Amino acid sequence: MAALSTPLDVQEPSSTTEAVVDLSIADVRQLNGALHAPDVAEKAPSWRVTNPDGRHGIAVGLDAEVTVEIDGHVGYYCAGMNKSATVTVHGNAGVGVAENMMSGTVRVRGNASQSAGATAHGGLLVVEGSAAARCGISMKGVDIVVGGDVGHMSAFMGQAGRLVVCGDAGDALGDSLYEARIYVQGSVKSLGADCVEKEMRGEHLAELAELLAAAGMACDPAGFRRYGSARQLYNFHVDNASAY
Amino acid sequence: MCGIVGLHLREPSLYPRLGELLTGMLCQVTERGPDSAGVAVYGDPRWSPPGHASVSLLPGTATPDQVATALRERVPDVAVVDAGQTLVVHAPVDVDTLVDAVRTALPELLVIGSGEEVAVLKGVGHPQLLAAEFGLAQAQGWQGVAHTRMATESAVTPAHCHPFSVGTDQCLVHNGSFANHATIRRELAAGGAVFDSDNDSEVGARFVAAQLAAGYDLEKSLKLLCERFDGFYTLLVSTKDSFAIVRDAIACKPAVVAETPEWVAMASEYRALAGLPGVERARIFEPEPEEVYAWQR
Repeated sequence: MAALSTPLDVQEPSSTTEAVVDLSIADVRQLNGALHAPDVAEKAPSWRVTNPDGRHGIAVGLDAEVTVEIDGHVGYYCAGMNKSATVTVHGNAGVGVAENMMSGTVRVRGNASQSAGATAHGGLLVVEGSAAARCGISMKGVDIVVGGDVGHMSAFMGQAGRLVVCGDAGDALGDSLYEARIYVQGSVKSLGADCVEKEMRGEHLAELAELLAAAGMACDPAGFRRYGSARQLYNFHVDNASAY
Repeated sequence: MCGIVGLHLREPSLYPRLGELLTGMLCQVTERGPDSAGVAVYGDPRWSPPGHASVSLLPGTATPDQVATALRERVPDVAVVDAGQTLVVHAPVDVDTLVDAVRTALPELLVIGSGEEVAVLKGVGHPQLLAAEFGLAQAQGWQGVAHTRMATESAVTPAHCHPFSVGTDQCLVHNGSFANHATIRRELAAGGAVFDSDNDSEVGARFVAAQLAAGYDLEKSLKLLCERFDGFYTLLVSTKDSFAIVRDAIACKPAVVAETPEWVAMASEYRALAGLPGVERARIFEPEPEEVYAWQR
């Protein structure tokens, strides 16, 4: 790994020990370069990042079965485009954590800023605290479980995937929703255009129980309500032709 | 995109470190606004000695000596502090007297701030170089705000830089863009307001100043701003005893607040707060849309 041969305070990685990268010494580009090495999963499957201090773009574009533990708060787009990796932020995350994730798991132990999980296609994003506005905006297949509240316009234009909110949801939840499913345990300040409450059937309780278990949230699925698209907005109706 | 940072100190033993801490914060938001920057510092003994009024100026081509000579005829004890593209003058007189003296003796110079507590420093260039030019790291005081600008709607000149300080000891910095500023500008102008620039953020500052002058407190003034202004904004507004934050209803312009018993700090991004002493113990949160957060000295 060329990036790690530079004279940095980086513990030499191996398959049995954890590689440690101190971002007060190494820069994010060096960290990400090392994490992008084609053989990273075999040579160094376990990573720890210290002193992130809110830097942007930490652990983006991973494409290997590695675990990355980040000790502190991160800036924008942490674990963006993640594929296969398991990234844990032991702190808060800035804008767009796990945006465009394809697979793998991203866990934020604190709170997440706006647009968490934006446009993500797959994988699991867990925010143990609260997520701000636009959580899961344009989600395309990701599962998102939030331990606290979500801000306004969450799941805006969500196309596929599941959003689980153990706390409350802000204004305009699920606005212009396509086929994503939303479960909320607390109150919903308001529903967005074409988002409606739907019946909670057995299959929904079962998938919610699975999601809560995967996220490690000790909530009773029976306490949640389900929301989804009324399918009036995105399907063409000839009666509305004059409006187009 | 612009960068905002602000620090309101509660613990007097930190006052000597205000400039050092604010410089560190400013440098972290350089990438959000690399074309120009400005700062406002409350309580620095070089710029705002106790018992003195202070006026901040953009001198144009006038030298500090020329400014001092022109002012001494009217205010004999005036001192002129050179801070790069900005000059700060102070004297043991009241604020109105010093502002009147500057405007009469040097009508071609732009007053960018005045008060008993605040000094406002602005300039075009890289924010880190400007911090050095201002001597910001050596500043002391109890409150400071800084702004890095990436201009989107008006020219890049020192006069267009934030903070906009248009009332005594008041200061406003803005990340975003107002949509209906031209309408509100006309209304304020009809009421007698005189504008220094065509910057949309100055309209916000003049609006807040008008509400404060009408007797509203800062919190109410900012609620009125939310009702009247359309557009995107995260605002940090300070006065001689307050430090307040408000975001628009969409809240797409970022803001992070950290609070400890020793200080309250706000920044566009967390990384600007990461170097503050005791940040690991801070309560950290993002301001909710259209909610006014205010702290009193």
